Amino acid sequence: MSRHTLSVLVEDKPGVLARVASLFSRRGFNIESLAVGPTELADVSRMTIVVSVTGLPLEQVTKQLNKLINVIKIVELDPDSSVQREIMLVKVRSDLETRSHILETAQLFRAKVVDVSAESVTIEATGKADKLQALLKVLEPFGIKELVKSGMVAMGRGPRSISDRALKSVDRPA
Amino acid sequence: MGERITGAESLVRALEASGVTDVFGIPGGAILPLYDPLFDSSIRHILVRHEQGAGHAAEGYAAASGRVGVCMATSGPGATNLVTPIADAHMDSVPIVAITGQVPSSAIGTDAFQEADIRGITMPITKHNFLVTDPDEIPRAIAEAFHIASTGRPGPVLVDVSKDALQAETSFSWPPQVDLPGYHPVTKPHSKQVREAARMILQAKRPVLYVGGGVIRARAAQQLRRLAEVTGLPVVTTLMARGAFPDSHPQHLGMPGMHGTVAAVGALQQADLLVTLGARFDDRVTGKLSTFAPNAAVIHADIDPAEIGKNRVADIPIVGDLAETLPELVAAIEAEQAAGTVGDFEGWWVQLNRLRTTYPLGYDTFDDGSLAPQYVISRLGLISGPDTIFAAGVGQHQMWAAQFINYEHPNTWLNSGGLGTMGYAVPAAMGAKVACPGSTVWAIDGDGCFQMTNQELATCTINDIPIKVALINNGNLGMVRQWQTLFYNERYSNTDLDSFRVPDFVKLADAYGAYGLRCESPEQVDSVIEKAMAIDDAPVVIDFVVHKDAMVWPMVAAGTSNDDIMVARAMAPDWSGEEE
Repeated sequence: MSRHTLSVLVEDKPGVLARVASLFSRRGFNIESLAVGPTELADVSRMTIVVSVTGLPLEQVTKQLNKLINVIKIVELDPDSSVQREIMLVKVRSDLETRSHILETAQLFRAKVVDVSAESVTIEATGKADKLQALLKVLEPFGIKELVKSGMVAMGRGPRSISDRALKSVDRPA
Repeated sequence: MGERITGAESLVRALEASGVTDVFGIPGGAILPLYDPLFDSSIRHILVRHEQGAGHAAEGYAAASGRVGVCMATSGPGATNLVTPIADAHMDSVPIVAITGQVPSSAIGTDAFQEADIRGITMPITKHNFLVTDPDEIPRAIAEAFHIASTGRPGPVLVDVSKDALQAETSFSWPPQVDLPGYHPVTKPHSKQVREAARMILQAKRPVLYVGGGVIRARAAQQLRRLAEVTGLPVVTTLMARGAFPDSHPQHLGMPGMHGTVAAVGALQQADLLVTLGARFDDRVTGKLSTFAPNAAVIHADIDPAEIGKNRVADIPIVGDLAETLPELVAAIEAEQAAGTVGDFEGWWVQLNRLRTTYPLGYDTFDDGSLAPQYVISRLGLISGPDTIFAAGVGQHQMWAAQFINYEHPNTWLNSGGLGTMGYAVPAAMGAKVACPGSTVWAIDGDGCFQMTNQELATCTINDIPIKVALINNGNLGMVRQWQTLFYNERYSNTDLDSFRVPDFVKLADAYGAYGLRCESPEQVDSVIEKAMAIDDAPVVIDFVVHKDAMVWPMVAAGTSNDDIMVARAMAPDWSGEEE
């Protein structure tokens, strides 16, 4: 099994998320995470999709994605030449005794404490998947009450933009 | 700002401006506003009896003429009845546009009467689809739908329009700005790849032109013929490509695949190079994929990059429109030939000709004087002639029609290849006849298929669409029965339709205002076909009562290797005597 990160520029049209997501499942590919949001261009959204590939080659899914009319461009981001980040919110069980330990752990991971109550501490952490995993492992013994992750977002390093060449036709006035 | 009209009027004008002359459909609540201006339009609307018929008619229209076929239905069940033909068109790359009414936008999402999310339902089976709730968007959606359906790899596009958008006021201007930043089909092939392919072809020892339906969709049959004749290569045409290359041509080895000729299947298996043109290595052609053409390198030319490398790795991928690729390839080959590389396929032809003469297509006749279906179909082909358009259903009769009729021209063989939709034939023939009123159009149908969509005979009679139906009536779901014979110990579970008895197809034809004829013995075949050919004022149905035990041969059993093709039951061809 191999894991790939795809950046997919799509037209911001109703139904586009459903088109992309269902294509993965019907072509037999498994989405590990999917994050979608606006870009520097109006009417263009960007999806970051982490896909685990077992049998079929990744090329098959990117070619099929390219056939979707609302998909403008697809780039596979190499982890070594891109910045990849996830955000995680985790609510940890805490009491007077454990709270300082938890705060210390958060500090070590450069995570932020965003909410504190008598029985819990909520931590916000940003980073690559393995960093978040490591933080979780340390927090686990305290008791994790709730966990949510954003899904990965990623961007290539260096001066070039994914939309440099692909979007000439989008830029033109409507 | 132009004249104020309704969204419905705008839609009708957009269809007219797109060149639409004929549509097939059924009105209903949500699409009613559209049917009012349609009443005054130059467009001929053919009122079908079931929306599935409208969809297949649009497909037959498109497949016979190359023009975009159009079907219409109302929301909910009207739209869902279009799902099968839309899926069919998607599998076989047929350019159709389906227009559906949708409940008013204020009611969308409320489980309103006759509401179905047809855009969501058809997402995986359309090339693209639209939900239009703003009347100002109608012209653009229609223009984009026709553009997408007919360019690149053709396919179905659905436009769902809410009732309020049809009723609201808007203005109409044409042409609208088409805005499809993510849609740029590559039509021009990469010249370096084409030159490489030319060299590879002339250096190969056992090359085959493996021709798929893409050649027909690209209108590239003439260019294909040129390529074949310039190179001297053997040609096989898949089920979807029948007619892309003349069957009478000496370089034609016939159809490959599960029920292909031994020569065509053998040519692919023993090839050292497959020149794949608009074909997609479908499982019905390759048999067990891992044993398909094991020693062949692959040149794969297709307009859809996703087909290349999907099932079989391509050594030379060429993405482009075959109408552009083939002439370039011919030019590159002629340049190679002029430079002295001519290609020598003499030994290869010796091998192939041995297969061709040893294992011609054949069939059993029956001692009891009953009809062999293959005989009926081959006589039908000969008597009707090469300009006839044939539309088949799905099953044994479809395979026999692919095998025993000689196709000389593209767009004369229509069938449901990818989806395998029983019931395709009658409505598709109806659509073809509307598109090509001057051509004789035969539906070759089975008794099982015919009973799924024969209500369109009423549409044909009433609208003066005189199609002819050759009903190959073996009283059974014949292909399923054949599998039960071969793989389920002759346990015929639920395949006997008893349609020798019920219904009486001659009376049924009569009830629909069509001519009903019956034929039960070989001596009657020619005269009954000639009688049907002489009729042109109404549809004709011939009930050919044939023997139920006739089987389709040759056969590569599902999941087995093409090398294990059976010429007849338990009879494999002798591959020995061939080089290597």
